[in-house]
Parts: sequence; C-alpha cells; structure tokens
Amino acid sequence: MSWDIIVENLGFYAQGAKLTVLLTVASLAISFVLAMPLALGRNSHNAFLRNAIALYTLVFRGTPLLVQLFLIYYGLAQFDLVRESLLWPWLSSALVCVILTFVLNTTAYTTEIFAGSLRHLPVGEIEAARAYGMSPFTRARRILLPAMLTRSLTLYGNETVMMLHATSLASTVTLLEVTGVARNIALNYYIMFEPYVTAAAIYLVLTLVLVLLFQFAQHRWAGYLQARL
Amino acid sequence: MLGGYVISVLAAGWITLSLAFVSLILAVVIGIAAALARLSRSRALRITATLYTSVVRGIPDLVMMLLVFYSLPALLSQAAQDWGYDVYIEFSPFGAGAATLGLIFGAYMAETFRGALMNIPRGQLEAAEAYGLGRFRIFWRILLPQMMRLALPGFTNNWLVLAKATALVSLLGLQDVMFRAKGAAEATAKPFTFYALAGGFYLAVTAISLFLLSRAARRYELGVKELAR
Repeated sequence: MSWDIIVENLGFYAQGAKLTVLLTVASLAISFVLAMPLALGRNSHNAFLRNAIALYTLVFRGTPLLVQLFLIYYGLAQFDLVRESLLWPWLSSALVCVILTFVLNTTAYTTEIFAGSLRHLPVGEIEAARAYGMSPFTRARRILLPAMLTRSLTLYGNETVMMLHATSLASTVTLLEVTGVARNIALNYYIMFEPYVTAAAIYLVLTLVLVLLFQFAQHRWAGYLQARL
Repeated sequence: MLGGYVISVLAAGWITLSLAFVSLILAVVIGIAAALARLSRSRALRITATLYTSVVRGIPDLVMMLLVFYSLPALLSQAAQDWGYDVYIEFSPFGAGAATLGLIFGAYMAETFRGALMNIPRGQLEAAEAYGLGRFRIFWRILLPQMMRLALPGFTNNWLVLAKATALVSLLGLQDVMFRAKGAAEATAKPFTFYALAGGFYLAVTAISLFLLSRAARRYELGVKELAR
C-alpha cells in the first residue's frame, strides 16, 4: 500500500475538492434561479410555452449527461458560425462548457421537480390569493413560489446530490476536480487503488454534508407540512 | 461515407442495450435482496444493507466505475501476489460496467422496493401466515405481485437513469453507442452530428421505455382504481 503518495498529494485533492464544490454550487445556483420561472411556465395556460418547456426537459432528461457535455464541448466547434462568433473564447474553455452543460441539465430536472410540486398545491391557496385581489406577480412571489419550494425540498435535495456526483464527469474534458486529480495521481504513480478510494471518500463526505444541510432545511422550512400528518 | 459511420454507431446499440439489461437484472436481484435485508428481523442484516445503500448512493457513478475497473483488480492482484501466485487480474469493460451498474442501481432499487414492501398492508401477511403458506410462497404469491405495482414508478425512473448511465462505460473502452460516436466524431471531424446521433439513440430508448412502462402501469393498476372509486 502506498498511502504516503496520497498524503503527499493531499494539496491537489484539496484543490480538486474546491473545484468540485465550485462547479456544484455554481451550477445549482444558476439553475435554481432559472428553474423557478420555467416551472411556472411549465404549468402556464399558454400551450406553446408549456410544450416548449416540456420538450426542453424531455431532451435534457432523456439523454446522458456525457453526451450533452461532449456535444457542447467538442460538438460546437463543428460550426464555423460558432467558431467565428464573439462567444468563441468562452465556448472553447472547458470550464465554461462544463458549467453551461451542468446548468442546462440540472435546470431540466429542477424545473420538473418544481413544476410537480406546483401541481400538488391545494387549489384553495391559489383561490384565496385571487380572492384577495393579488396580481399574478404578487401571487407567484407570496403564495406559489414559497409553497412550491418547501414542498420540493426532499426531491430537490436528491437533485443536488445528483449534481454533486455529476461534476465527476468534468474530468473527462480535462478539468482537475476530485476525479480528475485522482486520475492524474493514478497515472503518474501507477497506483490504481489508493487515488480512487480517496476520491470516493471525499465524495462521501461532501454528500453527507449536503444531506445534513437538506435535513436541516426540511426541519426549518417544511416542518409545517410534517405537522399535518 | 457518413452513412457507414451512422450504421456503425447505431449497430453498437445492441451492446448498450444488452449492457443495460444485464445491469438491470443484477440491480433488481440485489435490490430485492437488500430491501428484504433492510426489513428483516436480523439486526446485522439491517445494518449491512443500510450501510450498502448509503455508501453506494454517496459515490458518483463514474468514480464507482473506476473503483471496480481499476482499483479492485489492482487490489486482487496484490493479494494474489502476496499469497504467492503470479497472476494479473483484469476485468473486461462489459463485466466491470455491468457489475458496477448492478451494484449502484441495486442500491436505488432497494430503496424503491423497500418503500413498496412497506406499503403492503400487514394484514395480508398475517392472513398468508394463517393459511400456513411458507416464507418463499408468501414472497412469491403475496408480496411480489403487489410490489411490482407499487414499485413501478420508482422502477421506471431507475431504469431510465440506468440506461443513460451505460454511456459512462464507454470511458472504460466498451464499444457502445457513445464510444462509436466518439470514434466517428474524430474520424469525420463532425462531432456535433455524431454526438447528436448518440443523443437521439438514448432519447429513443427513453421514449420507448416510458411508453411501454406506462402501459404496464395501467395494467397493474386496473383493480386498484376500481376500488378507489
């Protein structure tokens, strides 16, 4: 066993963990903001809007993340239009492509989670808001969104764990997050056991932190839903 | 010229599908065993099964795959050499991929099946025992048919995620749809076309699965809906 190599390289793992957390937090934060209006649109009366969002979530939930990542990172270069555009310096960077893919992917899942809880809101709450004469915007801000978010907490918690785990795919397009670091160490020192076990342990700890955070959030904000049972 | 590559990508579909089916069978067997273990009277079984489901669900699929494909053979070879055998153990990408996916989705299936088993009324078990049915009979005639219905939504979801996760095995070198798409993308310098083709394949698998499984769900729910009315 060569655990001393792992100890020597702990600094790299720390950097990798930092990038893993950054990718997770950035993707989740952006997609959280995008998914709220999309979830409202997914249940809107406008059939075109509803179906367009349904098509988007179907495509991104129906194909592997790896395909989406390669499509964006390698695929976009096929078009001269993209390569000559002003966006190319950004789109040729692995970090931007990875975050873009992760955001597109997790927004699709989050939208469906939010839209699902929105459909299960008691009709009375919405009728009451209408009876009070709230405008659609006030209704969304005061009634729909808070109720939607508290009801989504459990499923959304699972989605954040999925996102954390999905960041490991960033290693396939050269990024050195935890999995990338483990791979590099495995290839550099030609040891196959210790680097990956260390990576797995880091993910386990990060997952545990996320799960605990969501248990706390559940207790804090969704307690009123439990009390009813 | 492109047509040849398209056919080579789509022809790999049966490798992707057979990997997915083998993994699914493994996952169902492991899932039922772990679900029964979690609900068993033996404390040791309960703890082992809980540990298995939480550890496996805390590690990303890709890392799990690298652990099984690289770390496990390294560990086994080391152990074999310590015992004085000069052998080098290696797994095939297909075998390692199926084992990993079976192990991962076994944990998710276990949660699905456990939830389903807990929703079967206790009175039915007591009635079966009162009729003098053996434990195996009770499982086969009382638990399993009802578990199928109750677990179907979760099962559908797990299957869809599993089918997409097979794309990761291309990173171990299995010549599946994703691997062939990568090859074609590099050979023809048309990455977008071929990754989109691969995406289309997975999307078709998702769509067909959803269609078939929702028909199955309607069939299993026939009797229940009648009662609910």
